[in-house]
Amino acid sequence: MSTEAAHNDEAHATTGHYVRIAIVLTVLTILEVATYYVNIPFAVLVPLLLVLAGMKFGLVVAYYMHLRYDSKLFSGFFFFGLTIEILLLIALMVLFGIRSG
Amino acid sequence: MSDAALAHEAHEEHPTSTGLNHRKILMWAFLGSECIFFGSLITTYLVYRGKSIVGPYPDEILNIPLTSISTFVLLMSSLAMVLALAGFERAAGAGADEERRKSELKKGRFWLLMTAVLGTGFLGFQVYEFYEFVHHGLGLTTNLFGTTFYVLTGFHGTHVGVGVVWLVSLLVLSYFGKVKPLDVELGGLYWHFVDIVWIIIFTLIYLIPS
Repeated sequence: MSTEAAHNDEAHATTGHYVRIAIVLTVLTILEVATYYVNIPFAVLVPLLLVLAGMKFGLVVAYYMHLRYDSKLFSGFFFFGLTIEILLLIALMVLFGIRSG
Repeated sequence: MSDAALAHEAHEEHPTSTGLNHRKILMWAFLGSECIFFGSLITTYLVYRGKSIVGPYPDEILNIPLTSISTFVLLMSSLAMVLALAGFERAAGAGADEERRKSELKKGRFWLLMTAVLGTGFLGFQVYEFYEFVHHGLGLTTNLFGTTFYVLTGFHGTHVGVGVVWLVSLLVLSYFGKVKPLDVELGGLYWHFVDIVWIIIFTLIYLIPS
C-alpha cells in the first residue's frame, strides 16, 4: 500500500475511534493492576498478565502506530526485530534455567 | 515558506522504488533494531531475576500504585500523540479553507504540547521512584536487581527524555512553518514505541512477582 493510500485509510480513524482505544487500554491496565491485589495462582497470573500486556501492545501498534493500515513492509521490519528478540529471550531463559536448575 | 505552500508540500513525495517514503522505512527499521536493544535489556533482567543475594529486593521497594499512575500517564500521552498527528494531517488536507486549516493546526499543536507535558510527568514519576529507591539503599551496584533494574528503566527513561525534546522541537518548528505531517508521524512512531516498551516493562518487572 502506498503512503497516500495509507493516509486515505487513516482518514477513517476519527478522534472518537482513538479515544475508544484509549478507554480499552485504560480498562486493560486497571485489570492488570487489579491482579496485583487479588490472590491468583502464579501459573494463572503469568499467562493472564502476558495476554493483557499483549493486547495493549497490539492495540497501540495496530491503531496508534497505524500498522493495521500501513504497508506490510513496515510490519516486516518491526516484527523481524521483535521475533529475533523473542527467540533470544527464550534461548537465554532456557540456557540459564538449565544452568541454575 | 507560506502555510499554504507548506500544506501543498505536505502531499508531495519523491517517487521511490517501493512506493513508500524512505524516511518512514528508516524509522521502522530503527524501531525493529530498538526491539532487539530493549529486548536484550529485558532478557538480562529476567535471567537475573530473583538471583540477588543481598537486599533490597523488588517486593520490598516496588511501588505499584505510583507506577500504575505513571503508566496511565504514558498511555494517555500516546492518545495525545495520535490526536496531534490527526490535527496536523487535517490541517494539511484543509486546502484553501484557511480557517479550518488554522483551527486544525492549533489542535495539533495543543495535543503535541500535551504529549510533551505528559511525557515530562512520566519522567517526574521515574525520578521520584529512583530517588526513593536510592533512599532505601538500592544503588546501581547494590545487587543484581539494582543493576538490571536501573539499566533497563534508565535507558527507557532516556528514550522518553529524547522523545520529549523531539516533540518540543516539532512544536517550536511548527510555528515557523517547517513541520509536515510526516515529521509528526515519525516523532509519533518513536513515541508510541516508547509506550509499548513500557507496557512490557510494567508487566514483567512490576506486576509479575519474583
